[in-house]
Amino acid sequence: MFLQLVANGLVTGSVYAIAAVGVSLVYGILRLVNFAYGDMMAFGALIAFGVNGPLHQSMVVATLAGMAATAALALTLDLVLWKPLRARRAGFMSLFLASIGLALVLRQALLLAAGSQPRSYHVNPYRVFVLGGVRLSEQQLIAIVTAAGTIVVVGLFLTLTTVGRVLRAMADDRSLAAVAGIDVGRATRLAWLISGLLAGLAGVLAALVEYSFDPNFGFELLLPVFAAVVLGGIGSAYGALAGGLALGVAQEVSTWSGFAGGVNPVYKPVVAFAVLAVALMIRPQGFFGQARTG
Amino acid sequence: MSILASGSFWAFVGVVAGIYTILALGLQVQFGFAGLLNFGQVAFMAISAYTMAILVVKEGWSTWLAAPLAIVAAAVGGLFLGLSSLRLRADYFAIVTIAFSEIVRYVATNDTSLTGGTQGTIALGPIGTASEYNGQWSRFEGRVQHALGFSSSDATMLVIVWAVAVVLLALTWFALRTPWGRVLRAIRDDEDAAASLGKNTFAYKLQALALGAALAGVAGLFYAWEFSFFSPDDFQPLLTFFAWMILLLGGVGRVWAVPVGAGVFGFIFAGTRFLNFPPFSWFASDQRAYLRLIIVGLIILALVLVRPQGLLGNKREMVLE
Repeated sequence: MFLQLVANGLVTGSVYAIAAVGVSLVYGILRLVNFAYGDMMAFGALIAFGVNGPLHQSMVVATLAGMAATAALALTLDLVLWKPLRARRAGFMSLFLASIGLALVLRQALLLAAGSQPRSYHVNPYRVFVLGGVRLSEQQLIAIVTAAGTIVVVGLFLTLTTVGRVLRAMADDRSLAAVAGIDVGRATRLAWLISGLLAGLAGVLAALVEYSFDPNFGFELLLPVFAAVVLGGIGSAYGALAGGLALGVAQEVSTWSGFAGGVNPVYKPVVAFAVLAVALMIRPQGFFGQARTG
Repeated sequence: MSILASGSFWAFVGVVAGIYTILALGLQVQFGFAGLLNFGQVAFMAISAYTMAILVVKEGWSTWLAAPLAIVAAAVGGLFLGLSSLRLRADYFAIVTIAFSEIVRYVATNDTSLTGGTQGTIALGPIGTASEYNGQWSRFEGRVQHALGFSSSDATMLVIVWAVAVVLLALTWFALRTPWGRVLRAIRDDEDAAASLGKNTFAYKLQALALGAALAGVAGLFYAWEFSFFSPDDFQPLLTFFAWMILLLGGVGRVWAVPVGAGVFGFIFAGTRFLNFPPFSWFASDQRAYLRLIIVGLIILALVLVRPQGLLGNKREMVLE
């Protein structure tokens, strides 16, 4: 039972982790806490549904289409919204409020276009794999394998490639990076591109794992994702990965009956924040974040 | 179009604008004067509304004892939130406040024996009875209506809510002109400078947070009384965002800009129900609800982009950074 919960937690956690890296990358570069990220995930999941359902394409094609569309959306929004705000030297407060306005527009536009009814991809929810006493559905297995692959690719990309180093340099100190000759505009677009791809992927995987989803589901995922980002330390991509996995596991394991009878499963989202609150009391800057004020 | 000309409809819009004025006034104290990014304001409305309803229905308290205690409960909620998270960086604090409001809503949704759960306040009493918390309030409203000689209860509520709102606005205006208010603004503009003058900035910020929470508590009580029923779904984060939009519309840092922002917001929000020309007429009424929120979102975006100090704000006093 305990192992099963850990496995379920790793599935949820890996979806959180992918989304949290997407949020964290953009925060690192732009100091933007993107409140619209959950709705970008829902956008990706719905595009993939359109390609998988009405267009009868395979899930792989659908996922790639969802990722590409979400990345295109992210780049467009950078051009029409975030770039003008940067030109005005908007601070954290303006950016956060703008992302709240954007989240409203995006989610309601999705509801307007797609309706509020729940949807599911064309997958078989009854195929189950048993691995050493742990039962995982095909979707859970796909999610965890894809997420693990993505995490490795993103990690290698940030660590080994020049572009990855540029992104990390900008997250550390934007003006220093600019002085060192880094093309800040190009790096910003790159961050949005990756963040958008990850949002699309996380949206599709979350929809697969939850089996049925509607345009509101992205927003419901947003707060655990934010908790994961803060837990890891805002702006640290590696921290976001660790934070996502840790939160996913903590949420599931908290319901284990061996753990003081277990927490009622409806309180799983509250557990995520209890973990966060305790963690911030011990380390106010998050586990991988830099101590910094303001 | 007949409803547009109906006095009771516009009285209702005015009541809602008054409730939002009190809610957003709390944000003005917290953000406009102390610089705190509270995105969980709706939680204090929920705490106060539920405290009042539970005390009246379950404990049989008088409304006039339960209501002040409910406001105190909201302020205590603010103290709890502040003590645990005010030392965090501004961006972390913003996230934690949203999380706080969602946790309050989660508990209200799932702790059915305390709050009635998703069925709302109608399920507060014993099974088989439809409970109601506003008997005493309705009798009071009736007496006021009689004294004023009004024929509609909407107009009576309009007068009561706005009388309270104006008193609270005036009190806040005076409070911010005391030495206490000046210290708050000093902290907002430069916390280190205020601290170096020996001011306990943490205590001041905590007080501002609790005061703003108490104001949200007042708004929560009127919300409960106006609608005679509520459930956890009434306290979505959306309500907090509406209050932020009102603050931005009116102007950050100005007490009297709050009712202006709330009036414009109420007008836009209610008025867009009746837009009967293209492109609005292309949509069914349930779809127009989505359209209305899209418009609210676009206005927030436009304000942040074009006029960050708000309609009446003073650019030199306070600009949204």
